[in-house]
Amino acid sequence: MMPLRRFAIHRPADLGEAAEMLDHYGDTGTLYAGGTELLLAMRHDLLRYEHLIDIKAVAGLDRVERRDGHLYIGAGATHRTIERSAVCRELLPVMSEMEANVANVRVRATGTLGGNLCFAEPHSDPATLLLALDGTARAQGKSGERMLSMDELLAGAYENSLAQDEVLTGVDVPLPGPSQRNAYLKFQVHERPLLGLALSLELDDGGDIREARCAIGCVSPTPCRSEAAESLLAGPADSVEQRLQEAAAALADEAALTDDREGSAEYKRHLIGVLLHRAARKCLNRDG
Amino acid sequence: MSKDRPALVELRFELNGKDVAVECEPQQTLSEVLRGRLNLTGAKISCEVQVCGACTVLVDALPVSSCTYLAYEAQGRSVTTIEGLEGRDRTLHPIQQCFIDEFAFQCGFCTPGMILSAKALLDDNPDPTDDEIIHHMDGNLCRCTGYVPILKAIRKAAAVMKEARG
Ligand SMILES: Cc1cc2nc3c(=O)[nH]c(=O)nc-3n(C[C@H](O)[C@H](O)[C@H](O)COP(=O)(O)OP(=O)(O)OC[C@H]3O[C@@H](n4cnc5c(N)ncnc54)[C@H](O)[C@@H]3O)c2cc1C
Ligand code: FES
Ligand code: FES
Repeated sequence: MMPLRRFAIHRPADLGEAAEMLDHYGDTGTLYAGGTELLLAMRHDLLRYEHLIDIKAVAGLDRVERRDGHLYIGAGATHRTIERSAVCRELLPVMSEMEANVANVRVRATGTLGGNLCFAEPHSDPATLLLALDGTARAQGKSGERMLSMDELLAGAYENSLAQDEVLTGVDVPLPGPSQRNAYLKFQVHERPLLGLALSLELDDGGDIREARCAIGCVSPTPCRSEAAESLLAGPADSVEQRLQEAAAALADEAALTDDREGSAEYKRHLIGVLLHRAARKCLNRDG
Repeated sequence: MSKDRPALVELRFELNGKDVAVECEPQQTLSEVLRGRLNLTGAKISCEVQVCGACTVLVDALPVSSCTYLAYEAQGRSVTTIEGLEGRDRTLHPIQQCFIDEFAFQCGFCTPGMILSAKALLDDNPDPTDDEIIHHMDGNLCRCTGYVPILKAIRKAAAVMKEARG
C-alpha cells in the first residue's frame, strides 16, 4: 500500500496553544491522538493534512475521575485506560464493559475516546452509550469552553460540530444513582459493530420503571433515541415487558433503516428487537 | 522536493533491551523503521488497517499495530519485537517453544504477531481463562493453522511460565 504522504507533527504545550495551532494551520492541519482513524484515512488518501497537532502532548487530557455528580472522562483517555480505570469500573461499570469490547487489543491501547467521538464514524460504541447516559462533551477553543450534548457534538456521519479551533477535552457523565440500571449490548460480525443498543432505566422502589433512555447506533448516520420508544419503556415492569416489541419498532422507525452491505433494513429491525429484549432482561434482572 | 520538508525526528528508544538512535520522517510508521532501517523483518505487514495483527510489536509492554503506529511515538519508549524474545543463552521464549510444540503455525506469517500479543497477555495476566485468551487474541488473524492449536500453545505457555516462576 502507499506510504503516508509527508506531514509535520507539532506538540502544543497546552490547550491554548493547540487552539492557536488549529486556527493557524486551518484546512492544512488537524488534531492527531491515537491516529487509528486519521492515519488510515490519510493512507487511503481520503484525507490530506500537512500538519498534525499531537493532542497527547497536552498533559492531563487522559484523566478519568470523579467530579461533583459526574464521572469526567478525558478525551485523551484510551479505550484501554477507560476499560481499566478503577473509578470508572466502580462508578460506571457499563462504560468500562463497553470499552473492553471496542475494536481489538491494539486499537484499544492507542485509540482514544476523543478520537472516536470526533471522527463520528457511525459504528461507534461509545457514542451510542454516552447518548443514552446523557453525557455532555466539553470543548475548548480560543474563546473559552463550551458544553455540548452528544446530539449536538455528533453532527452527521464523519462530521462533528466543533469549530475549527476547538478541542474536545472530555465528557461528563452523570453518576448513576442506586436506582439506575444500565446495559450496553452490540452485535458484531466483522471489525465494527452492526448494531449497538444502550438502555438506561430509572427504577422506583417497587422495581417499576420511572424513566427510560434508549439509544441505538450503527444503523443511522449518528446514534439516535426515540421519544415514542422511551415512553413505551416506562411504567410497570410487567407491562413494559409486553411492549418491548412495540418499543423496538419505534426505535427502528426513528433510525430510518436502509438496506446496505451490512444487512437489510428488515434484518436490522429484527436485531433491534433481540437486543432490546436482552438489554431489558439485563436491567430488570430477569436473567435468572 | 517540497521546499519546507518537515523536520526529521531524532528517534531514540530502547529496542529489545538495547538503546538505538535513528533518524526518521514524521510520517514513517514504526514497521517502516524496524523493517527498512533496522533490518528487523519479524513484524509482518499485511492488511495495514489494524485488523490482522501480523505487524504486532510491543511498546512499553502493550501490543500496537506497527503498520499504522508512527515511529515518532516510540520516542523514549521500550519496543519489543519477535527478534528480542529469545533468552541471553539463545533459548527460545516459552511462548515460542510452546507454539512449536503445539504445531501452532503453518506458514508462520501471523506467528510473530501472535506470540507478541500472547506475551502482552501473559505478562499482564499470568493465568488467563480460555475466554480471556480468546478475547485478547481476537484481533490476531491466522489464515492457515486454525485457532485451536494457538489457544493450546498459549494455555501451555502460561503453565510453563508459571512453573518457571516457581
Ligand atoms: C480495526 C478497527 C476496529 C474498530 N472497532 C471499533 C469498534 O468496535 N467500536 C468502536 O466504537 N470503534 C471502533 N473502532 C474505532 C476506534 O475506536 C477509533 O479508531 C479510535 O477510538 C479513534 O481514536 P484515535 O485517538 O485513534 O483518533 P485519531 O485517529 O487520532 O483521530 C480521529 C479524528 O478525531 C479528531 N480528534 C482526535 N482527538 C480529538 C480531540 N480531543 N478533539 C477534537 N478532535 C479530535 C482528529 O482530528 C481526527 O479527525 C475501530 C477502529 C479500527 C481501526
Ligand atoms: S498489517 Fe498491521 S494490523 Fe494488519
Ligand atoms: S500460520 Fe499462516 S497465517 Fe497463521
